[in-house]
Amino acid sequence: MKAECPVCAATIELLKDAVEGELLECPDCGTELEVISLDPAILAEAPKEEEDWGQ
Amino acid sequence: MKVGLLHSLIRKEEKYLIEEFQSRKNIELVLLDDRKAAFNIGKDKFDLDIVVERCINHSRALHALKLYESAGIKCINSSHVATVCGDKLLTSVALAKEGVAQPEVRVAFTEESALQTIEEMGYPVVLKPAVGSWGRLLAKINDRDSAEAILEHKTVLGSYHHSIFYMQKFVEKKGRDIRSFVIGDKCIAAIYRTSPHWVTNTARGGVATNCIVTDELNDLSVRAAKAVGGGIVAIDVFETEAGLEVNEVNYTMEFKNSISTTGVNIPKLMVDYVIEQIEKVK
Repeated sequence: MKAECPVCAATIELLKDAVEGELLECPDCGTELEVISLDPAILAEAPKEEEDWGQ
Repeated sequence: MKVGLLHSLIRKEEKYLIEEFQSRKNIELVLLDDRKAAFNIGKDKFDLDIVVERCINHSRALHALKLYESAGIKCINSSHVATVCGDKLLTSVALAKEGVAQPEVRVAFTEESALQTIEEMGYPVVLKPAVGSWGRLLAKINDRDSAEAILEHKTVLGSYHHSIFYMQKFVEKKGRDIRSFVIGDKCIAAIYRTSPHWVTNTARGGVATNCIVTDELNDLSVRAAKAVGGGIVAIDVFETEAGLEVNEVNYTMEFKNSISTTGVNIPKLMVDYVIEQIEKVK
């Protein structure tokens, strides 16, 4: 599965076991991305940190 | 057995857990994205044996756990554990009740009473939001000038959460603290978090190295875990001259930096525990 980085347009190969919601980093521009959809493979910029994020 | 994994973003930790659950026979894993969840209170019926909470937002985790439990679903961790661990003040109360060693903690509700309390405690003091994570908005207060400024800023600029002044006596930890991982009745692993900064969270750049789980660390960690309600939790521990003291307890523990560091397969042990808990209910 190939998807496009929404920031730098690099082509990113998703792993076979990728799941919706998964975080990954664009190898070209380093942007943190979220897998929005698998079929078709779509990536979006990951949400920004919110006040109550964390463990 | 049907396991619901309540999540938002799938981080490395959740990916490890998904892989581990999917490798087990007789487990059907259902991914529950909290961003898509909606509840009908009093009417929900969930076809699940257990929910494992792995949300990134504390508020969603806490409320979703209460909602699943209200529909009769056992959750790991429980909403009680999330309530206690999600609020440092409640954690300190729970630790004190069970006689678990912790640094001196005081609480006040106004700028004036907080300043007076800090003066009584002596400097330095660490001011923390009662609800907050990843070392955000911590303030080490070294003198009265800083205390006055920070208290005023919190009062004027902070949300109402910041009007509860949670003050902890600063512990000189010599550049490191301990993060221990407890599953059920056992401390399964621990790491040192080392940083030249006084905040040693790995989210803030602290470096992880393996820490041997001594009897003392195991005992303190398990007692801290039980004090907040038990389950799967991570304990932040200070090494002090008086012995080990518990700083905080985390209920959606992050462990991606700790598997290779400790050599312990943390997600495997977490999944083993979840399965044990399902079998106990059945």
